[in-house]
Amino acid sequence: MKKFINDPADVVAEALTGLAAAHPELRVDAAEQYVARADAPRAGKVALVSGGGSGHEPLHGGFVGAGMLDAACPGEIFTSPVPDQILAATKAVDGGAGVVHVVKNYTGDVMNFQLAAEMAADEGITVETVLVDDDVAVENSTWTAGRRGTGATLLVEKIAGARAEEGGKLAEVAAIGRRVNANSGSFAYALRAGTTPASGQPGFDLPEDEIEVGVGIHGEPGRRREKLRAARELVGSALDAILEAKEVGDRVIVLVNGLGGTPLIELYVVYGELSKILEQKRITIARRLVGDYVTSLDMAGLSITLTAADDEILRLWDAPVVTPGLRWGA
Amino acid sequence: MRTDLAIAWLRATAVSVTEQSDRLTRLDAAIGDGDHGVNLNRGFTAVVAALAGGTFDSVAAVFVKAGTTLISKVGGASGPLYGSAYRALGKALPEGPEITLPDLVAGLHAALEAIRKLGGAEPGDATMVDAWKPAAEAFESAVAAGNALPAAAAEAARAADAGARATIELRARKGRASYLGERSVGHQDPGATSTALIFEALASVTT
Repeated sequence: MKKFINDPADVVAEALTGLAAAHPELRVDAAEQYVARADAPRAGKVALVSGGGSGHEPLHGGFVGAGMLDAACPGEIFTSPVPDQILAATKAVDGGAGVVHVVKNYTGDVMNFQLAAEMAADEGITVETVLVDDDVAVENSTWTAGRRGTGATLLVEKIAGARAEEGGKLAEVAAIGRRVNANSGSFAYALRAGTTPASGQPGFDLPEDEIEVGVGIHGEPGRRREKLRAARELVGSALDAILEAKEVGDRVIVLVNGLGGTPLIELYVVYGELSKILEQKRITIARRLVGDYVTSLDMAGLSITLTAADDEILRLWDAPVVTPGLRWGA
Repeated sequence: MRTDLAIAWLRATAVSVTEQSDRLTRLDAAIGDGDHGVNLNRGFTAVVAALAGGTFDSVAAVFVKAGTTLISKVGGASGPLYGSAYRALGKALPEGPEITLPDLVAGLHAALEAIRKLGGAEPGDATMVDAWKPAAEAFESAVAAGNALPAAAAEAARAADAGARATIELRARKGRASYLGERSVGHQDPGATSTALIFEALASVTT
């Protein structure tokens, strides 16, 4: 393992220290391990709190700021935050209008956020949970813990965050978050596993000519292993899987997301293929984002997310956002 | 079981988790993200510290403290699951510095129920339920047959280990391993394996 770290045990804490130093507009609580907007809590505004394991940067700490999250709680690498930590973040940003928890559907995240929401209720804070489960590579929940939350997390956080910023009530902010999730489908490939600092080893080994198909964002292997094919074929298969599982209509927001170890040039090759195929299918790309947003440490791979768009979703997507990882319109 | 034995059980579990940390992590790496050993080690180290810093006038309080500590230190799925299990175990016990074998039987079943309820897992899903359930049942049978704690604990440890090994043949249907589908077959579940360590630790401190 070759990484720019000091001690594997200190990576998360030291990254938070660095984030705080680089972004004075954020407030980082090193003891409780959360990142919050410096101006939080804002009276009367619904607050958004997200979190999950570290290693997905810029998700989630990088999406804290005006127009998106009020706080994020990063757990250990690929490990969900603990309830105390989520509660601390929730209390820090509650402005009296309630708090929306954006939770990716991974067993640990769901349990810890559930416990935290119960603890918050005990303290008189109303919490609504928006569960993100966009990964269409996963079979239905009879056989699994249910579809994973992956790339669509960014869209849910951005769009629900914009709704909260413009004064939406708790139920409205949660409702638009749930609608964005229901409108979204994602599919991912990996060429090479990521390496966690604690283990020092890649999560799995892959022969040079093979890829993992249908990976999540925690270094786990995918649904199956296949021979590497040309980008256009991989994009076609991913799109088929998404469109088979989700009704996206004729206007979409597209996210071509690198998993941490994929050069941008390859992401643009993929985006080019994607835009050609969608044009053939008469689906308009209304908005797009290409880059590393929801990562899996240094995994070489990418995910494709399609979100069915309507006027409200596009208006909220276009609303100003000022965070370390996403910034426009302000 | 007295308060000091309950503490000794948790300490022995912590030692075992530390020793087996790499193995748990390797098992997890095959079907998950490879941090089960690291996470549990962090949690049980905190449990030992919490127990050292407190005085406990009941067995129940020891287990509730252990559970609360695990929930607040481990994260992932194993933190809430084991944390809730120990809290449920403690809450099922009568107050006081000593509990009977039937009390412990009831406590182990309460812990199992907490794990099943929170995780939504059934036997055969390849989770810690597949070790905890046979262990609790073996312990109960041994007690019903008139065995003392050491023999009952040894039976529970054997059953937990057999249950953990049996997960190798199962397709995971809960947790992160479930995303692998058929590819999860052939791998021993790390959660069931750490449950076996817990019952092994009970056997080791009661003999």
